[in-house]
Amino acid sequence: MTLIDFFIAPFSDYAFMRRALAAAVILAMGGTPLGVFMMLRRMTLVGDALSHAILPGVAVAFLVAGLSVWAMTLGGLIAAIIVALAAVFLVRTTQLKEDGAFTLLYLLSLGGGVTLLSLKGSGVNLLHLLFGNILAIDAQTLMLTAGVSSLSLFVLCVLYRRLVIDGFDPSFLAVAGNGRGAVWTSPLFFVLLMINLVAAFQALGTLMALGLMILPALAARFWVRNIDKLIPLAMGLAVLSAVAGLLLSFYLDVPSGPAIVLLAGMGTLLSALIGRVGSVRLYRTRGR
Amino acid sequence: MSTALITLEDVTVHYGPHLALQRISGQFGAGTLTAIAGPNGAGKSTLLKVIAGLLRPSKGRVTIAPEVRASIGYLPQISASQRDYPLSVMQAASTGLWPEIGNAGRLTPTLKDRVRAALAEVGLAGFELRQISALSGGEFQRLLFARLILQDPKVLLLDEPFAAIDAETTARLIKLLLRWHGQGRTIVCVLHDLLLIHKYFPDSFVLAGKCMGRGHTHDLFEQKLLSFDLDMAELHDPEHAEGPHDAD
Repeated sequence: MTLIDFFIAPFSDYAFMRRALAAAVILAMGGTPLGVFMMLRRMTLVGDALSHAILPGVAVAFLVAGLSVWAMTLGGLIAAIIVALAAVFLVRTTQLKEDGAFTLLYLLSLGGGVTLLSLKGSGVNLLHLLFGNILAIDAQTLMLTAGVSSLSLFVLCVLYRRLVIDGFDPSFLAVAGNGRGAVWTSPLFFVLLMINLVAAFQALGTLMALGLMILPALAARFWVRNIDKLIPLAMGLAVLSAVAGLLLSFYLDVPSGPAIVLLAGMGTLLSALIGRVGSVRLYRTRGR
Repeated sequence: MSTALITLEDVTVHYGPHLALQRISGQFGAGTLTAIAGPNGAGKSTLLKVIAGLLRPSKGRVTIAPEVRASIGYLPQISASQRDYPLSVMQAASTGLWPEIGNAGRLTPTLKDRVRAALAEVGLAGFELRQISALSGGEFQRLLFARLILQDPKVLLLDEPFAAIDAETTARLIKLLLRWHGQGRTIVCVLHDLLLIHKYFPDSFVLAGKCMGRGHTHDLFEQKLLSFDLDMAELHDPEHAEGPHDAD
């Protein structure tokens, strides 16, 4: 077997691998720019909590409509919106802080979701929803994923300058953008995040959906200093992890979602150790 | 007296049970240069945020004249900024052009020249390609002033612009402030330094939870509402005022 065979054959020989590759690349391209902004806004844990929070919605949809892509997507989206609004409500009206509120809600969602799912159905379905099954993605789901990612990239282009300004100095956006719709920036970002998480969950499951968005962004931060380079590099790293993860999954016969996230995570850890910006390697010379 | 651009009527702000500002009334006229002075926790930054529209008063009203409503520049305390954000000096300064060019407008060569000129004006020529994370506190504050130059607002609200920065930067930024004043812009500036207030700010607004006095800076010094001898904390003295004692 030549090297080319090793990398190409799985995809040329099997249609399910091709669909998985397409889904992974699409998710990588659509999700990582959001991941970069999540990282810069220091809300990666909030994103993580939101991604788990979609489970009960998906579970209810599954109980009612079975494994229907549309029903589960809608259910997941509704659950995510409810959790986000509930978190905002709790933070405003109680002494809970954001991290506490989201932790409460995502644990509640996970517990509730798994309990609901076990009312009907097997452990196979549960595993499928928790960890996704990118190898079983059908054409319909692929179209949904592609649609969401395209829409999200388009909206992100429009929002881009606002998001950059908001992360750098929110007061500038609020004061200078007064009357220019600046107040919609954060809510729109949240909506984008939610639809991307719901789109990614089919492939990577509720536990792993965030991995492909956020890990490459964290890794990229260790190599480049400017946002112009951060987003393309994060996209590239995400695509790389996706392809490598699929190959790993194919040859070692391990679940594909966790394989992709494992490789992305290892890449991030390696970047943290030897990267060019703020890594362990530079700890001594940094002086602070 | 010039026309009032900013009018405060009985502005009261609560943070939960804590009373930060109590029934503040007053006006800031067009083209005035006013210092907001007062002890720590007097509500100075809160007042500025209320005027900027970042904070809604619990009671009372802030009225901004319509002709300047879309032309307000606000400079937060330096500690409020993300100084490790992945932008170059050039990019960060250019954000000041956003109100003008919007979400899709191109940064034309002419605009880029304007950005470079603004950076040169605050003494950051040659810093264009540096990352903002590499700037010192003084350099970062200069960068934010360059952004203000580009934003070109009619009303400037500055929160402690000279806190914790070097003397040379302070001198340069004060000069810029006086030029803005000369151009007829309206400036409200939260300030600790009584020497600077005495020397450069024609009007003052003395705050200690509530308004202790306002008017010409020199009159306020004569009335001992502003004084080099008096610790500002003494404004909390019940003999002088029945201001909130929990204002810290």
